[in-house]
Amino acid sequence: MGNDTTNAIYAEGLVKRYGDTTALAGVDLAVRPGTVLGLLGPNGAGKTTAVRVLATLIRPDAGHATVGGFDVVRQAHEVRKLIGLTGQYASVDEQLTGAENLIMIGRLLGFSRAAAKARARELLTRFDLLDAADRAAGKYSGGMRRRLDLAASLVGDPRLLYLDEPTTGLDPRSRNEVWDIVRGLVADGVSVLLTTQYLDEADQLADEIVVIDHGRVIATGTPEQLKARTGAQTVTVRAQLPEDLEKLVAEVRQVAAGAVDVRGDTVVAPVTDPGALTALVRRLDEAGLTVAEMALRSPSLDEVFLGLTGVAA
Amino acid sequence: MSTMAIRNTGTLAWRTLVQIKHNPMELMDFSIQPIMFLLLFTYVFGGQMAGSPREYLAFALPGIIVQNLLFATMNTGVGLNTDINKGVFDRLRSLPIARFAPLAGRIVADVIKQAWAVVLLLAVGALLGFRIGTGPLQALAAFVLLLVFAVAASWISVLVAMLVDEPDKVQIFGFVLIFPLTFASSAFVQPATMPGWLQAFVKVNPTSVLADAVRGLLTGGPVAGPVLHSLLWAAGLLLVFAPLSVRAFRRRV
Repeated sequence: MGNDTTNAIYAEGLVKRYGDTTALAGVDLAVRPGTVLGLLGPNGAGKTTAVRVLATLIRPDAGHATVGGFDVVRQAHEVRKLIGLTGQYASVDEQLTGAENLIMIGRLLGFSRAAAKARARELLTRFDLLDAADRAAGKYSGGMRRRLDLAASLVGDPRLLYLDEPTTGLDPRSRNEVWDIVRGLVADGVSVLLTTQYLDEADQLADEIVVIDHGRVIATGTPEQLKARTGAQTVTVRAQLPEDLEKLVAEVRQVAAGAVDVRGDTVVAPVTDPGALTALVRRLDEAGLTVAEMALRSPSLDEVFLGLTGVAA
Repeated sequence: MSTMAIRNTGTLAWRTLVQIKHNPMELMDFSIQPIMFLLLFTYVFGGQMAGSPREYLAFALPGIIVQNLLFATMNTGVGLNTDINKGVFDRLRSLPIARFAPLAGRIVADVIKQAWAVVLLLAVGALLGFRIGTGPLQALAAFVLLLVFAVAASWISVLVAMLVDEPDKVQIFGFVLIFPLTFASSAFVQPATMPGWLQAFVKVNPTSVLADAVRGLLTGGPVAGPVLHSLLWAAGLLLVFAPLSVRAFRRRV
């Protein structure tokens, strides 16, 4: 049971029970340095429990995990020096101002008073909160709050960041802001463990995804690999002239791997052959048919998720 | 205790005190409410109880200080429960700081607030005519005794905070416990006119014991018995509730 040092985070067989409910039923995961691992699953799947174990907030009942090579149970204090935690359950003090929150954390991390103030100012500037620095955090908007949460977890310049549902409840604009911040951090070499119930969030940010449900890992892979797992891609062709529709359906049927569907002036069909699209283009050209639009698309993560868990995310 | 632990505790105590700036309700708890009680007790009951407000104040001020102190111990629990519910506690626990600093910082800050309220009540009492009839040493002893008792009693609220799910419930529990405890005592009246069974309760009630001790230290009268008795109560509360709280704390977080 040696400590893993090649991965930023490494967990093996994590189990956590609360009375009769099993929150984690043997979870394995690994986060490579400088990458984002998306922990994806519906509400109650065990995502937050996993983060709390890896952030040393709770002890696993079985299994073990290392963060930066340190054991989360036996070397918890060392782990805490490496990580920054942001999310639904790790929050700022609403009764302090944004600046006071960051200064408090700086002081707790051993900064001198002047250094803590300077660091707070730097982070407030970076996250566009300087104007609100002296306002109580409880009066911040949702997006500002989340930016302050992020800033608070970055005071100690952690090499590892845990983001527990960082955009839940945010409007699309604030969500994009948080995403941009995360991308910036990853570009600086920070490793990220991200939990989310939003598939597009995992798709946007994660290098690798672990899908968990009922405390178990049910799939692992890159977003592309997960999408490929459901197999078929879909070809969509929209007719230029309505009278061509019937001939179009006949041509698509020649390359389709399943039932051809007509939705208005659009023909939709599953394909499996990698050469299907080029073959279809050639056929349409030979038949002298012009199309308004034509596309080949992979299944969305939503479809993948539905396939894996049996429930829509 | 390492220097880091002391620094962490200091920072977190600072944090609790800075909150007052942004939450006027805290000022209410520790300043306006005690003064309001002091004025009401003195001028509403004073004449009837002791012939004049000033006469009654000499008897009742120690009791008012004790009552206020016991109510204020609930703030420790309310604050802790709020921190746990809002996720502030998890953030603190994910930092490389001394494990007990979040709890210790809050207790230190609450002792400072308690000290402020005691001084405030003595000062306003003095304006209304209360005079310390003993000496500065006895007054200092009363002050220290009150703060020691406050720290011990605040562990009750820490335990309640660990067992209930919302800060409001700590507050409600406090009222249900502390109202009868402070009124069925010798804090505001001589127990002589109470029914026998109530007198029996009043005699052992820690509020009576502490109020008698503070009264003795500030205005004269028997001191040794009540002070010793108060310290025993403080030790008992600490020995029972601190371990229970720590156990509940470990289970909760």
